[in-house]
This record gives sequence, structure tokens and C-alpha cells, in this order.
Amino acid sequence: MAEQNCLVTNDWICGEYLRSRSQELIDATLEHVGITVASVAIGVAVALPLALLARRFRFLAGPILGVTTVLYSVPSLAMFSLLLPFFGLSVSLVVTGLVLYSLTVLVRNILAGLQAVPEEARDAAKGMGYGPLRLLWEVELPLALPALLAGVRITTVSTVALTTVGAIVDYGGLGTLILDGLDTTFKAQVLTASVLCVLLAVTADLLLLGLQRLLTPWTRAHRTRTSRASRKAAVTKVAEPA
Amino acid sequence: MNAITGAWDWLTTGANWQGEKGVWHRLAEHLYFSGVCLAVACAIALPLALCLGHIGKGGALAVNISNVGRAVPTLALLILLTLTPLGEHGDAPTLIALVLFAVPPLLTNAYLGMREVDRAVVEAARGMGMSGGQLFARVELPLAYPLIMTGIRSAGVQVVATATLAAMAGEGGLGRIITAGFNLQNTPQVVAGAVLVALLALLVEGVLVVAGRLFDPMRR
Repeated sequence: MAEQNCLVTNDWICGEYLRSRSQELIDATLEHVGITVASVAIGVAVALPLALLARRFRFLAGPILGVTTVLYSVPSLAMFSLLLPFFGLSVSLVVTGLVLYSLTVLVRNILAGLQAVPEEARDAAKGMGYGPLRLLWEVELPLALPALLAGVRITTVSTVALTTVGAIVDYGGLGTLILDGLDTTFKAQVLTASVLCVLLAVTADLLLLGLQRLLTPWTRAHRTRTSRASRKAAVTKVAEPA
Repeated sequence: MNAITGAWDWLTTGANWQGEKGVWHRLAEHLYFSGVCLAVACAIALPLALCLGHIGKGGALAVNISNVGRAVPTLALLILLTLTPLGEHGDAPTLIALVLFAVPPLLTNAYLGMREVDRAVVEAARGMGMSGGQLFARVELPLAYPLIMTGIRSAGVQVVATATLAAMAGEGGLGRIITAGFNLQNTPQVVAGAVLVALLALLVEGVLVVAGRLFDPMRR
């Protein structure tokens, strides 16, 4: 009986809720992870060519950075609603909105990373007979990787938080549980889903940090410089869309 | 696109702008929420950040607060606050959430602005015999100004965007036009509301950029 009580009395913390609705929580979490991973992956796939274009053609840099920045200040509820006529109520609606948000940080970080590649490294590779593609893939991208991954980390954390707003079209992962919890004033559900959301963001951030260390072993030799660089990258844009 | 012509019809229908649920009333609510909260957040965050920046302490705090802020879903916090006893006081959850979300960009940018003032310039000012107060007012503050304004701009846009989400927790503001449209399954209204909200956010960003340039102490 004591266990049943917390559902009846609508407590904030409720073990019985965790037990009885674990499947629902797992499904929502998986949906949340799926939406986040898809958005960030597509975001990187779109941002990389944009950053390369902005670097190759100077006159495109302004418009590309300008447009992505403008997108960033559009409130998420409005963003999802504006895409409604094009996608209907669907997951692609939420993912598209999140991809558009991710572009600002990703394009900026990738561009900054590519521009920071030392000219000598580029010249040396060219002198060794590297073509443009091989130069990009084997020299420039690896050297830009710390900045790129710093951008991916920022984007992932804010995407996890923003996914919740997808609840408005029923594809918000844990956000859907949070919004349902509001309608039924189900406190345990709101708190549990919110906490899971934050945990998800922190876990994703730590995993990406680990990945960054694995992929860029050379940066650890002079750690002070990179940690300062990544800290700088992390605070260049401190506000996130809501 | 039916929804787009429909949205245009919705926007050009005078009746949608009048009354309790009309655009003007929602806009007024939105601006009231945003304005009050931005002012309160500035009053809390700026003095603190400028002080910490001047004495050069608390950097980790300023940076970490903004990182934590990014991980907390706005919507979740808004709804959590609505379900607490505060929710019985009408606007309180919205106002508190808005202030909480405006503080990190203000704090971080103002602090970094103060810290990134060239140390050589600070030393030179000290060498000229400036007191701490003079140094703060005549050297650090003017040089930190661009970053402080960036923070105010981010916070302003953030607050306007969050005020939109307040509609999902049942409070007023322009977001209500969108959520009401969803409830009525009226796509033209959803799109019309979204256009209004997006325009307002861009307008606020623009106004704050212009204001930042106008009041820049280094331009005189």
C-alpha cells in the first residue's frame, strides 16, 4: 500500500511510477536520443559543406553566417510551427527545426577550426603532392577536429533541451511526457522526465568529450592551450534558443 | 500552400487582433513579461558579474552557470514551476523562469568582458594613479561594453523566446496564439502566430543591436 500511495498522493518523487511506467520512460528516452542524434548528424552533414563554401568563397561567408544567426533567434515554438505546413505533424518537422538551430554553432566552429589550420601545414602537405581533397581529409579536417567537436558538444546539449519543445507536435521524446504531466498534473512524471532530460544532456556531453580525447590524442601533449581554446569556443555563444 | 494563404487571411482579419485573445493583447502580455524579466535579470546579474570581473574572481562560476543553463530544458523548468505552489500565483512561474534563463548570458558575457580587457591597459591606468573605482568606470567598463551588450542581446532574445514557451504551460503571451491554433487544429492560425513570434524575436534582436551601437561609449 505504501508504494501505491505516492501515485495517489501525487508526490514529486515516486518509485512506483518508475516501476510501473518504465516502458513508457524508456520509449520516450529512446525517441529523445533518436531525435537528438539524427538532428546533430544531419546538422554536421549540412554545416560542413556550408563552412567549406564560406571558406572557399569569401563573399558567401557573410550571408551564410548571417542567415544561420537569424534562424537562431527564432523561438523554437515558432520554428516548429512555421515548418508545420511543409512537414505536417511528424518527426521530420522536429528534426528539421533542430537541424536549423544547430547550423549556427556548427558552421561557426567548423569555419573557425579550418581557418586556424597553420598555413605551413597546408603548404607542407601541398609540397608533398596532396590534392585538395586529400589535403582536406588528411590534414585540415583532423586539425579542425577539436573546434568541430566543441561545436558538436554545444549543439548536442542544447538539442537535447530543445527536443522537449517537439512535444507540441507529439514528437518531443521526454518533452511529450512532461507536457502530458502538466495536463494531468502528474508531478512524478514531470520531474522524472525533466531529470532524465538533464542527465541525457550531461551524458551526451561527457561521451563526446571522451570521443574528442580519443580522436585527437595529439592535443593532450599541450593540454593548456587546447583547454583554453575549447573553453573559448564553448562561451562564444552563451545563449541558446528557447 | 493553403496554410500560408490561410495565415495571411488570419493576419488580415481585424477580429483576430481585438479582444482578450487578440494579437494586441497577447503582444502586450509578451512585452510586459519580457521587459520586466529582462530588467530584473539585468539588476541581478550585471552588478554581480561586473564586481566579480573587476576583482577577477568567480570565473568558473560565471562560465559554468551558462553551461548548466544550456542543459536545462526551458520547457521542463517552466512546467515544473507551474506545478509547484507558485503555479497558483498566475504569472509567477513564467516570470521566475524567464529571469532564470536571462541570467546566464548576462553573467557570462559581462564577466568575460571585464576579464578580457587588456591587462597592459589596466596596468597603465593603475600606473597613471587611477583608483579602483576610476579604473572600473573609465577603463574596464567602456572596454567591456561590447561583450556586455552581446549578453544583453542574447538575454533579450532568450527572454522573448522563452515567453513564447510560457504559452505551453498555460500562461499568456504571443505563444498562446500558436498553442490555441494547435488545440483548434487550425494550421493557418498556428502559422500566423509563428510568423508574429518570429518577427518579434528578430525585431527585438535588431532593436538591441542598434541600441548597443548607439550607446557605445567608444564611438564618441
